[in-house]
Amino acid sequence: MLAFVLRRAVQAVLVMIVVALIAFTLFRFVGDPINQMVGIETSAQEREALRQQLGLNDSVVVQFAHFIWGAAHFDFGASYQFKQPVVDLIAERFPATMELSLVSALLSLLLGIPMGVYTALHRTSWLSRFFLTVSLVGISLPTFLIGILLIFVFAVTLGWLPSFGRGDVVDLGFWTTGLLTKSGLRAIILPAVTLGLFQMALIMRLVRSEMIEVLRTDYIKFARARGLPDRIVYFGHALKNTLVPVMTIAGLQFGSIIAFAIITETVFQWPGMGLLFLKAVQNADIPIMSAYLLLVAAIYVAINLVVDLLYVVVDPRIRIDARAA
Amino acid sequence: MDMPPVETTEDTDQSQRLATFLDSDVVYSFRQSKVTVLAAIVMLAIVLGAVLAPWVAPHDPYDLKSLNLLDAHTPPAWASDGDVRFLLGTDDQGRDVFSTILYGSRLSLAVGMLSVALAAALGIALGLIAGYVGGSLDALIMRAADVQLTFPAILIALLIDGTARALFGQYRDESTTIWVLVLSIGLSFWVQYARTVRGLTFVERNKDYVLAARLIGIRPGLILMRHILPNVVGPVLVIITINLALAIILEATLSFLGVGLSPTEPSLGTMIRIGNNYLFSGERWIAIFPGITLAALVLSVNLIGDWLRDALNPKLR
Repeated sequence: MLAFVLRRAVQAVLVMIVVALIAFTLFRFVGDPINQMVGIETSAQEREALRQQLGLNDSVVVQFAHFIWGAAHFDFGASYQFKQPVVDLIAERFPATMELSLVSALLSLLLGIPMGVYTALHRTSWLSRFFLTVSLVGISLPTFLIGILLIFVFAVTLGWLPSFGRGDVVDLGFWTTGLLTKSGLRAIILPAVTLGLFQMALIMRLVRSEMIEVLRTDYIKFARARGLPDRIVYFGHALKNTLVPVMTIAGLQFGSIIAFAIITETVFQWPGMGLLFLKAVQNADIPIMSAYLLLVAAIYVAINLVVDLLYVVVDPRIRIDARAA
Repeated sequence: MDMPPVETTEDTDQSQRLATFLDSDVVYSFRQSKVTVLAAIVMLAIVLGAVLAPWVAPHDPYDLKSLNLLDAHTPPAWASDGDVRFLLGTDDQGRDVFSTILYGSRLSLAVGMLSVALAAALGIALGLIAGYVGGSLDALIMRAADVQLTFPAILIALLIDGTARALFGQYRDESTTIWVLVLSIGLSFWVQYARTVRGLTFVERNKDYVLAARLIGIRPGLILMRHILPNVVGPVLVIITINLALAIILEATLSFLGVGLSPTEPSLGTMIRIGNNYLFSGERWIAIFPGITLAALVLSVNLIGDWLRDALNPKLR
């Protein structure tokens, strides 16, 4: 088991090194950092001095080491467009994105799993058909279109919910949250639904197909033969066994929720990292791009590692396999 | 895998083959599924409209001379102050929305197909090589795929787009924009093909026919292209249809985010971006009609993909 965990950890570190290499290559070789920092009236000597001072004349290996060292201390340089340290810009917007992502991930799990169980148990009922149709739409429609549709219905036509921004936020010092104020809670509904719909559809379909598969197995037949009530058979035996793949997908999907937040944040003008990243892409602001890349990779790798560890806890077969390997 | 012929021609010389095709399980299951038939009709209508846009569109949205700003913001023809010349109304520059949708679908479909072709070609080639050669080359290709899988396609496409922007500067003309888009989307989708093809090639390369081909001295490249490729192409077809829907969505998303096609030659996504600005002023038609077209296109491609997956996989029957 220790070997399994170690192997996964080594893989995670390798992925991070490769991503760091890509981020460094972007940072260093796409566009000239000096040109982006100084104006046209800067003389060649001053440029050369700045180049020397920033260590841009060192060998590539030394520069990469500097980059990693900086990244480890959350130093990603200054943004070309805002002339501020990238880490401040990201830290300011990090809570907004995380709150939105967590709420929509939670929403997709809380709705997706029961809907999946229901559609698996009542395969022909009209409600199941309705859920399946909604999920097909959720998977097929682009996120931004869903967002626009929701804004159109709930903000423009009905006027129930705000269509942009985060509402009032409470500053907790290290974190700003919109979940404690009424306007903040109202503001998060539409973006969270927009962002969570795709994941919800995905989780519902996954739970449904896994449940149908599990319900055919011998141990379910045996549980029924023992005369256990339906409730225990379905939730105690069947659902429990579908949760391993659900856990994997939900974990993997959290990374894409953060990435898809770029779209949702644009539609709803949500003041998060995604909006910042998009502005960076539009203006070729490489320091922000490479820092965001590293951050998303780090979050993703960390989640994967946690999911792998949870596997070991949840599924005894993996413990045995790992011991055999 | 024993597959019925998927392609056929309308030529009467080949009526025998056509009859066999029409009698096959695939055609039968197609006819049995009403939803798939409907999806196929919708998709055909949009594709035909897109391909024939220069001939069927009432206006040419790219011809700036024909645009009149006084026509801007006209509601659809059936509204009280609508104009019969503009069936679905006009946008903020006086472009006919219906014509722009036809031309826009053309761009959306072209970018979607080209990028899927790029992704498939790259992924299949790398998958074949990785599966056939094996060893450290295989490990290298597959680890690269693993790292790429760490990031969702939208993020990769945005990164490639941003990098291209930094490299080429802001002074890109329309034609390079399209190729940057195709490159961004294509490069973000190759992994799935590579993984599938590699797995299948791994199985195929140990079969007798490959050994026989090697024994009579056929070059490895030829073995891969002529002998192994046809045997692994079935599952790839399914990935291609599903990917086409994803690529169209991705293009629309990038254009909506403002890093895709420019407003002067709008795709469906760009049109929705423009229309989104006027949603609050009650001018819904600018965003809604391109939105419906995009949704219908993606939904029908997805439905056809679903059907194709079931039809080509005998295990699910």
